[in-house]
Amino acid sequence: MVRGTARVGAGWEALRRSLLALLRSSRPWRSFLYLLGGLPVGMAWLTVTSTALGLGLVTAPLGIGLPLLASVALSGVALGAVERRRLRLVDPLPAPSPHRTPDDAGPWPWLTCRLRERATWAELACAPLLCALGFLDFALLVLLLALVLGLLSAPLQALFLRHAQQNAAWQQILHDGRSVLFLWLIGIWAALGSMYLVTVWAGLRGALSRRLLVPAPRSELTTQIVELTRSRARIVGVYEAQRRQIERDLHDGVQQQLTALIMTIGLAEAELAEGPPTAARLVSRAHREAKQALQELRALVHGILPTLLADRGLGPAVAAVAERSPVPVQLDVDLPGRLPETVESAAYFFVCEGLTNVARHSRAAQATVMVRRAEGSLLVEVCDDGVGGASVSAAGGLVGLADRVSALGGVAHLSSPSGGPTILQAQIPCVS
Amino acid sequence: MRVVIAEDSVLLREGLAEILARRDHTVVAAVSDAPGLLASVDLHSPDVAIIDVRLPPGYRDEGLQAAVKLHRDRPEVGILVLSQYVEPTYATELLEVATSGLGYLLKDRVGDILEFLDALEKVAGGGVVIDPEVVRQLLAHGSRHQIDELTPREREVLTLMAEGRSNAAIARRLVVTPAAVTKHVGNIFGKLGLEPAEDDHRRVLAVLAYLKGARSRLL
Repeated sequence: MVRGTARVGAGWEALRRSLLALLRSSRPWRSFLYLLGGLPVGMAWLTVTSTALGLGLVTAPLGIGLPLLASVALSGVALGAVERRRLRLVDPLPAPSPHRTPDDAGPWPWLTCRLRERATWAELACAPLLCALGFLDFALLVLLLALVLGLLSAPLQALFLRHAQQNAAWQQILHDGRSVLFLWLIGIWAALGSMYLVTVWAGLRGALSRRLLVPAPRSELTTQIVELTRSRARIVGVYEAQRRQIERDLHDGVQQQLTALIMTIGLAEAELAEGPPTAARLVSRAHREAKQALQELRALVHGILPTLLADRGLGPAVAAVAERSPVPVQLDVDLPGRLPETVESAAYFFVCEGLTNVARHSRAAQATVMVRRAEGSLLVEVCDDGVGGASVSAAGGLVGLADRVSALGGVAHLSSPSGGPTILQAQIPCVS
Repeated sequence: MRVVIAEDSVLLREGLAEILARRDHTVVAAVSDAPGLLASVDLHSPDVAIIDVRLPPGYRDEGLQAAVKLHRDRPEVGILVLSQYVEPTYATELLEVATSGLGYLLKDRVGDILEFLDALEKVAGGGVVIDPEVVRQLLAHGSRHQIDELTPREREVLTLMAEGRSNAAIARRLVVTPAAVTKHVGNIFGKLGLEPAEDDHRRVLAVLAYLKGARSRLL
């Protein structure tokens, strides 16, 4: 609403500031074209949509009607796109589409995405109104044009048509030179006036189209929050990528070298089996120490990124964690395909921490882990039938994990009344 | 023995080849990826293939997948899977397809040259060798009923049994008499309710089947 009046205000401002500059600019002509274009666009929409609707309803029992009816539903999208493009003639502000980009490429994801969007149906609802206004614009424009042209052509009519004219009053006027001049002058003024009129009119129509078809821009604060959230998610993404890089570097570099070293020491040990006992003892010690170093490195690297999570993804990794839990765990994991790495890691460590807390504090006999996707989010839940009374501060590791979840735009929630049950939940947005 | 090695690190490939050469084994092919492995096994028909779990291009579990495929296509070829980490899930997956001629060991076991070569020969001969770390992980988190009744010594014996060792080898390792080991083994089988199995290979399978069962009962 605010924006609409601002646009109109800007139109008036332009009028006030420089009436002549407006006449010299292309704006009146663009406004004229804008108003003129409503009719063909509306006609095209009406023809295509009513044909598709008619054919669709008739052939619906045969099955082929359904795609036609779907195309009727989507016709508003097409009209909206055309109208937003036409809006550029009179409105220099960007007119972004209210539709979101489908998650996957291809016609089917596009179709399902569009049919689920509110904007699609809003556009369809607006379409008849826009068509009607297009007809009205056109009719008024033609009337205005006829009037202006009629007045402007008065001298020509006086020269060539005054005898052919049937209307007696008009004929009389055309015979009077001063009247003709007067009409012509009025015509000039009417032409100039109608340029303003058309400009303002198109401005108002543009503002209405914008109100109906273009999503309201986010306020600056909202934009900043969105940007902040995105940058946090990016940072988590970078952090996750770095962890994986470190893991890979350690695996390909130091771990392999240490393993090779252990092999070499092993060979030396075998060679020295019948050699001097001191040397053999020292080599054995070196062997033990090298193995210990590798073990520690392995534990470290495994903590960064567990093998199963990297290799197989969240489902199998969570299953393995559940198997290792000292409290029996019932699994409810439904995850077709892999998720983004950041989401997988956050969810995995969330489950790990949840089960650790169950084992340490809950005195539960049974735990449940649920991991599934729902409406563009990953839902993770760890429940137990223990004594409850858990708090976020007591479960220290949980704070960091909740932060990680929220950095990905998700939310974590702990419910643990005294006496149980304890429910630990996270919802992480993911589009993969 | 004729051996094929599939390992992407040049360092380890050469290390393995050198160790094998010491014992007069022949490395007929040393490749760096799974397709190379399958091709060279077809070409050379080795006794045993040593396979790294992580192989290019994805560096995930390509080696494991290749091992499973290899066993299905060429069950007569022994398979020794090496890894920087042992993952009980992977051991279970391997045991689901292969109950003979299979080994799954941590890479650093290769450094214990004699034991490693011993394991390799067992695998080539149709035996099953599972890394003690797998058993340790299974024990650490397994069933809390019967396994809790095992004494620490019996747990050690159980782990060594899973490695495919004979009673005599276990006795040497633990520095006890073979008679003591026999007694421990009897106790373990009794406590876990397993049918006694004298054969080392069948014993490994019995123990692992029990541990796997203990895990699945939890779920």
